[in-house]
Amino acid sequence: MSTFVLLLITGLGLGALYFLIASGLSLIYGLMGVLNFAHGSFLTLAAFAGFEVGRRVGISTWTGLFLSLLVGAVVGAVFAALTELLLIRPLYKRHIEQVLVTVGLSLATVALFEGIWGPDPIFMQASGWMRQTTDILGAPIPNDRFVSIAAALLVLGGLVLFLNKTRYGLIIRAGVENRAMVTALGIDVRKAFTLVFTIGGVAAGIGGVLASHYFGYVSPLLGGSLLIFAFIVTVIGGMGSLAGAAIASVLVAVLQQFANFYLGVGDLIVVLLLAVVLLVRPQGLLGKAAA
Amino acid sequence: MTDKLSGRWGYVIGAAVVLLLVFLPLLNIPGLGILPGPTYTAGSMHLMAFTMLMVALALTYHLLFGVAGLLSFGHALYFSVGVYGLAIVMDRTDIPLVPAALLVIVIGIAVANVLGAISLRVSGISFAMVTLAFAQAANVLVRRNPGRVTGGDEGLSLRTAHVPDFLVGVVNTRNLYWVALAVLVVVYLITVWLENSRLGHSVAAVRENETRVRVLGGRPYLVKLITFAVAGTLATFVGIVYLLLQSGASHTATGTEFTLSLLVMVVLGGVGKRWGAILGAVVYTLLDQRLVALAQSPVIANLPPFLHIPLSEPMFLLGTLFILVVIFLPGGLTSALERVTRRRTQTVPHRVLEDVT
Amino acid sequence: MSALLTVKNLRATVAGQQVVEDVSFEVPATGVTAVLGRNGVGKSSTLKGILGLYDRTGEVTFDGARIDREPTHRIVQSGIAYVPEDREVFTMLTVEENLTLAARQAQPRWDFVHALFPELAQRAKQRAGTLSGGQQQMVSLARALINDNRLLMVDEPTKGLAPKIVNEVGEALAEASTSVPILLVEQNLKVIKRLADRVVVIDAGRVVHTGPAGELLDDPDRIQRLLGVSTEAHDTREAHP
Repeated sequence: MSTFVLLLITGLGLGALYFLIASGLSLIYGLMGVLNFAHGSFLTLAAFAGFEVGRRVGISTWTGLFLSLLVGAVVGAVFAALTELLLIRPLYKRHIEQVLVTVGLSLATVALFEGIWGPDPIFMQASGWMRQTTDILGAPIPNDRFVSIAAALLVLGGLVLFLNKTRYGLIIRAGVENRAMVTALGIDVRKAFTLVFTIGGVAAGIGGVLASHYFGYVSPLLGGSLLIFAFIVTVIGGMGSLAGAAIASVLVAVLQQFANFYLGVGDLIVVLLLAVVLLVRPQGLLGKAAA
Repeated sequence: MTDKLSGRWGYVIGAAVVLLLVFLPLLNIPGLGILPGPTYTAGSMHLMAFTMLMVALALTYHLLFGVAGLLSFGHALYFSVGVYGLAIVMDRTDIPLVPAALLVIVIGIAVANVLGAISLRVSGISFAMVTLAFAQAANVLVRRNPGRVTGGDEGLSLRTAHVPDFLVGVVNTRNLYWVALAVLVVVYLITVWLENSRLGHSVAAVRENETRVRVLGGRPYLVKLITFAVAGTLATFVGIVYLLLQSGASHTATGTEFTLSLLVMVVLGGVGKRWGAILGAVVYTLLDQRLVALAQSPVIANLPPFLHIPLSEPMFLLGTLFILVVIFLPGGLTSALERVTRRRTQTVPHRVLEDVT
Repeated sequence: MSALLTVKNLRATVAGQQVVEDVSFEVPATGVTAVLGRNGVGKSSTLKGILGLYDRTGEVTFDGARIDREPTHRIVQSGIAYVPEDREVFTMLTVEENLTLAARQAQPRWDFVHALFPELAQRAKQRAGTLSGGQQQMVSLARALINDNRLLMVDEPTKGLAPKIVNEVGEALAEASTSVPILLVEQNLKVIKRLADRVVVIDAGRVVHTGPAGELLDDPDRIQRLLGVSTEAHDTREAHP
């Protein structure tokens, strides 16, 4: 039982990280039709920024944690917004080129991070509450899992409120469904593009700082390795669907944890799940039917 | 350029280039910084052979992306079937090289057909994702080292017990160079033949308008699958020789970054154009290999950190170059060259990228 | 009468294929101008070209200002409302959200829209995707009419609607036309007879006839020649309830 609970909550913690990346990916794809390969780099840079803050303020303190999360979110947001304004916008309406530019950006930035912080993982020894465990039904759960889950829930709640209660949220929801018609109502949809990139950057930034706690290290490849699973989550959930991304994040991560523990093949099971979903329901769990 | 070269002159120039490449290892042509030394040295021949294999691989990716319009993020998988397949067969069995290579090619055909059949059930971005996921699964498998057959992160060096002596060791780099050249010529000829065949024409028609082909009674799925399988099998073939040249298999050959580098090569040169894939692969590989040497030069090393860090990362420079080409040179380097040489303002814009869904 | 909208040598392409060859016509500042022509001759594409939804070349002047280089949202903001073919409501949004999204001015004309289509007030909280075709057409028209516009471009508003709904839509357009000029693409000759003041006939991507509506509509031979339909069959398409 305690193993079950441990795997479940660890899976939820990992699912929280997946969601923080996949939510932005899904919104960006849904609104703009761009598969953002640079999303992992947003996360990695934020993780390094959080790491640098933590190193100076102390990663084991609450102040250090919150400050690094804040800096991570800001760094992710700025990086993402600049990416949209400088690289994506000039290629308006040329989707494949937009994807290619994000591929180039991810290759270039990962190399740059390797140049700055070295190619190997830098392990972080957090102590204090984040490294301690809390007993849930006899299972010792590392506390950073709870922080990840709480952060993902906050981001999810914030996104839902934003999408449903604000004018820009309305524009984004409409744009995901029919971008051309939004412009035909006299709305400059490009502002919404920058906005979804920025929001995606915030979520990925928070995800990056939390991922460094979850895995206990930062590395130039941190974002890239998570990005692949976030892609899988996005496809399984349905491109453009926030709820789909949330459900698929949890599903994929929990399945991965259990399959890893009992069979040792978590990553392969996830790929298999993707293949099955694509063959049975190509638009994903909650995606709109392919046009 | 492509159109001009495809005529009779194309064959003459092509034959001349191949002939020159055949004799390069016997000549003493200075490397001029592009190669590590004169052309007859082992280091230079190795780099040239490596480049030719990358060109061949880029041509197989060109079939997929440029001709069929299939944006695959998993082409490295079929290449690594050749690399790891042969490494494992040579390591675990006593089968001589040629039958072993044939066996691996059969495996490559099977893998490309099965995974292609599944991946092509979806199209566009979903297709890209499935291919990425399959390749990632292979990458995970290789790194997990199941049954200690793949060597995990350490890689697997080639057991040479059943490899003919003339293909083993640095002293025989020249022979490996010729084998690589032969592979390139074979892959190139198959690519040309396929592009000009009925299959090539129908797959290009599918790329432009799949619905129309279906309405006219064509079978888009089958046409795409055959192209996918041919491209995958050729990649396996290149992988086999790559193993011989590198005398070992490394998990980086299965990674996403490796597939992405193929995409970068094809786009750098110009999507949809055979010469684009070739030029892109040469430029990419030489830069990738030689920028490392440049980075270690005292000129770069003595620069302040904000300059020498980015300049010592080849992938940073290549990634940046790639972004600039995508934004400012639609049609890639070959289009830019055409514009310069022809001085004609009214070149037909290349629409292949718009066809990729 | 000076023209409100002038279209000169408009060409439009979509995915590299030319869908409007060379179209020139004028829309005066009052009344209904109907664009007629057989299926697939480029009527809808002409509207999309004017709006910049398709890549276009040529000269489009609206109230004295060139708009052929402007992005779509600017053109719409300058006072041209668009009701697309197939309605294109946002199916995942509620009726109210569809209209809120469309409302650009400080005081949107909610009362006018709700008086015109009382049903939309009752169904404000319903998802547009769950509405019938006729109701969706009302949402689409209401999205345009909620703002004060200087020109209304309406693309096949009665397509696929039941006869009763066709009448309602015609009524609404007649009401709207008293305050704003309309550029109307329509196949239903009955609706055209009721609404149109002038006609522009397009064939194979070019304008082949312009003139007062009555002149053409009272001449069955010319209708037959220009549109390929006889006046007896007022609508050649099947109607879906």
